[in-house]
Amino acid sequence: MTSSKYLPLITTIAVFVLAYLICIAQFPSMWSTRVIGNLLTDNAFLGITAVGMTFVILSGGIDLSVGSVIAFTGVFLAVLLQNTSIHPLFAFVLALMITTAFGAFMGAVIHYLEMPAFIVTLAGMFLARGVSFLLSTQSVPINHPFYATLQHLYFKMPGGGRLTLIGITMLVVFLVGSIVAQRTRFGANVYALGGNIQSAELMGVPVGRTTIGIYAVSGFLAGLSGIVFSLYTSAGYSLSASGVELDAIAAVVIGGTLLSGGSGFIAGTLIGIFIQGLIQTYIVFDGTLSSWWTKIVIGLLLFGFIALQRGILWMSEHGSVSFRKKAAA
Amino acid sequence: MANETPLLRAKGVSKSFFGVAALDDVDFTLRSGEVHALLGENGAGKSTLIKVITGAYRRDAGEVLLEGKPIFPRDVLDAQALGIGTVYQEVNLLPNLSVAENLYLGRQPKRFGMIDMRAMNRLSRELLKRYGLDIDVAAPLSSFSVAIQQIIAIARAVDISGKVLILDEPTASLDTHEVEMLFSVVRQLRAEGLGIIFISHFLDQVFSIADTITVLRNGRLIASRAVEGLERIDLVSMMLGRRLEEAEDTGNGVAADTGGETVIKVRHLGKRGVLAPFDLDVKRGEVVGIAGLLGSGRTETAQLLFGIERADGGTVEVEGQATNLASPQKAVHAGFGFCPEDRKTDGIIGDLSVRENIALALQARRGWAKPLSRREQDDLASQYIEALDIRTAGAEMPVKFLSGGNQQKVLLARWLATNPRFLILDEPTRGIDVGAHAEIIRLIRRLCADGMSLLVISSELEELVGYSARVLVLRDRRHVAELVGEEVSTTGILKAIAASGTTGAAA
Repeated sequence: MTSSKYLPLITTIAVFVLAYLICIAQFPSMWSTRVIGNLLTDNAFLGITAVGMTFVILSGGIDLSVGSVIAFTGVFLAVLLQNTSIHPLFAFVLALMITTAFGAFMGAVIHYLEMPAFIVTLAGMFLARGVSFLLSTQSVPINHPFYATLQHLYFKMPGGGRLTLIGITMLVVFLVGSIVAQRTRFGANVYALGGNIQSAELMGVPVGRTTIGIYAVSGFLAGLSGIVFSLYTSAGYSLSASGVELDAIAAVVIGGTLLSGGSGFIAGTLIGIFIQGLIQTYIVFDGTLSSWWTKIVIGLLLFGFIALQRGILWMSEHGSVSFRKKAAA
Repeated sequence: MANETPLLRAKGVSKSFFGVAALDDVDFTLRSGEVHALLGENGAGKSTLIKVITGAYRRDAGEVLLEGKPIFPRDVLDAQALGIGTVYQEVNLLPNLSVAENLYLGRQPKRFGMIDMRAMNRLSRELLKRYGLDIDVAAPLSSFSVAIQQIIAIARAVDISGKVLILDEPTASLDTHEVEMLFSVVRQLRAEGLGIIFISHFLDQVFSIADTITVLRNGRLIASRAVEGLERIDLVSMMLGRRLEEAEDTGNGVAADTGGETVIKVRHLGKRGVLAPFDLDVKRGEVVGIAGLLGSGRTETAQLLFGIERADGGTVEVEGQATNLASPQKAVHAGFGFCPEDRKTDGIIGDLSVRENIALALQARRGWAKPLSRREQDDLASQYIEALDIRTAGAEMPVKFLSGGNQQKVLLARWLATNPRFLILDEPTRGIDVGAHAEIIRLIRRLCADGMSLLVISSELEELVGYSARVLVLRDRRHVAELVGEEVSTTGILKAIAASGTTGAAA
């Protein structure tokens, strides 16, 4: 039974290794640190927000607002840096404070008004997108010298690959996220909420504080993701990052986290991101395939993983059905 | 003993909801090192008393003393911190977390600000060893049986609270062996000096584990006594509110053999974990009564017969023909009708009119393709309003505005309109006034005189004795006796309920 907890994660890793082997067999040059470096850099913003999404989904919730929050952060930074002379670091802090508070607010609405997370974060999605249009409808370029400095910070890996600042940022976020999820009371409470919210409450989990904390973390990471995205694109545009919330959810599910909450690992989400990135890289190498194949393969993978989760659930219920079924009193 | 301060004491506790007293001036005393069973039928006030003690409800009057000091728990967590832990029938732990995480959630040992997994697992193993469990504490809780989960829940509750342990029907879904396992844990905790409140419907279990018994009925304290020297039959009469000397009647004059042919013939119908297989024969024009304590399997018998619970074995013959009762629709087609115990949630539809409520079952039986015309519905309604003397301002009155007794009659009318062969009534007289009560009983007699067969479940023993040709007695989810002729008397029923049997639920 212990293995059923790790089975989705093991499957994800196996799928990734297999996919990578197929890629290398076809394009041997894909086995290089350049490809790996690009994989990290290109998916950094998605990975960072997917960590927040993992916390949300582990607790049994969902956060549809992250794509809009990323766009808002980009536009906010671009407009601020264009029209004022404040230092980008200060702008980053401001942006993170706003997005964290926004997430915490949504968490508070979900908890205190007992509203479904789907609806509350859907409202948040429209709100954040709308506000970024209010700031600017145009794509605003960022030409600050500090941005150029950050963009040129990287480690050179053997083989010529570049481990960029934003790639490192993503890896650090995954590491910290994993530790928080597995080794802190907050993390244990997140899993507890995803298991059964009533039981968790009876066992003394501070449900309100934890819920607010989870959505604040998601808001913070969406803000950080927005900063990384603005470093990646050197611009802020209110139409950007649309649908990123769905890509993040896909990465979380492919990474082996149960969509109903309570089971999964942050590390799995990283593999989920790698799988998505790998498919895109493969398409670039191939050169003839349409980029829509990314969506098709991800769709198929999602179906596969949902079926796998059902299967595991069915097996565990089937195994202990005689104990679970409570006799009618 | 008498001068010793009791561990937990409730004095003159009262609680009412919307002016209805759920607890009325109840005293309750729990000593260290005793298992105290709290007994009573539905609505007796057991769960209200527990909720007052654990802080889920505020008491209206009276006081609760823990080790002599008055306590005012704000909520369940507060009561837990004071030393009162509760374990419920449905395990309130988290199936997706490991055993160790369940034991230490919210109070995990830490090292350098992080949860110290190794220490947590070690502490968990040590904790569970005291309960005789040697299991993989890193495995998810869901991989263990309910009995083990119960013991884990007890271990957590005792570890956090450590003075009073409340077990609210912990054995309801366990088999005999698991119950024994749980009881050895309870005995050990008693030896360690905990005070344990034990709630169960299974009298055998109560007699095997409890030291003291408190019986509540209708929100009042009936008695609090040591188990030693307590006769089973005295306990049952306390719970049901019948004194034996009052019940010295014998027989009821209802002929056991009406000479009619057998309409319903049931053989070995049962469902694992719900009801042990039973046989039942019902003749034309006969009332068969079903008696037993709450939770003994009375309602389950009706639900099996009406296809609400699917039987996993046994056969049913209706007028000689084998019949499949896998769903209520099939039961209705076989000519069965069922008026459930809780008419407000399972029976009447309050916002629909009297006419619509009466027409419902007949319409369902005909199928939606053949609607009853408005005229037919009106005729049906006026016919039954008159026949059953339903007091309503008109056939178009929403049923929710009728009194309980009249609602019950509407429900009866619904089934009578389908002209059933066999009608099952679960507590037909509960919660209705005395006048309506007598009318319902008259109606039951009239229906069987007209040749209908009835199965009536009731806690009102005199009532059952009054109209039943035979009475089946249930105990611990098992049909244990069938009383015929002279045996059909309140004394006979009480004795059959109280007769000691095997420990444990039917598995």
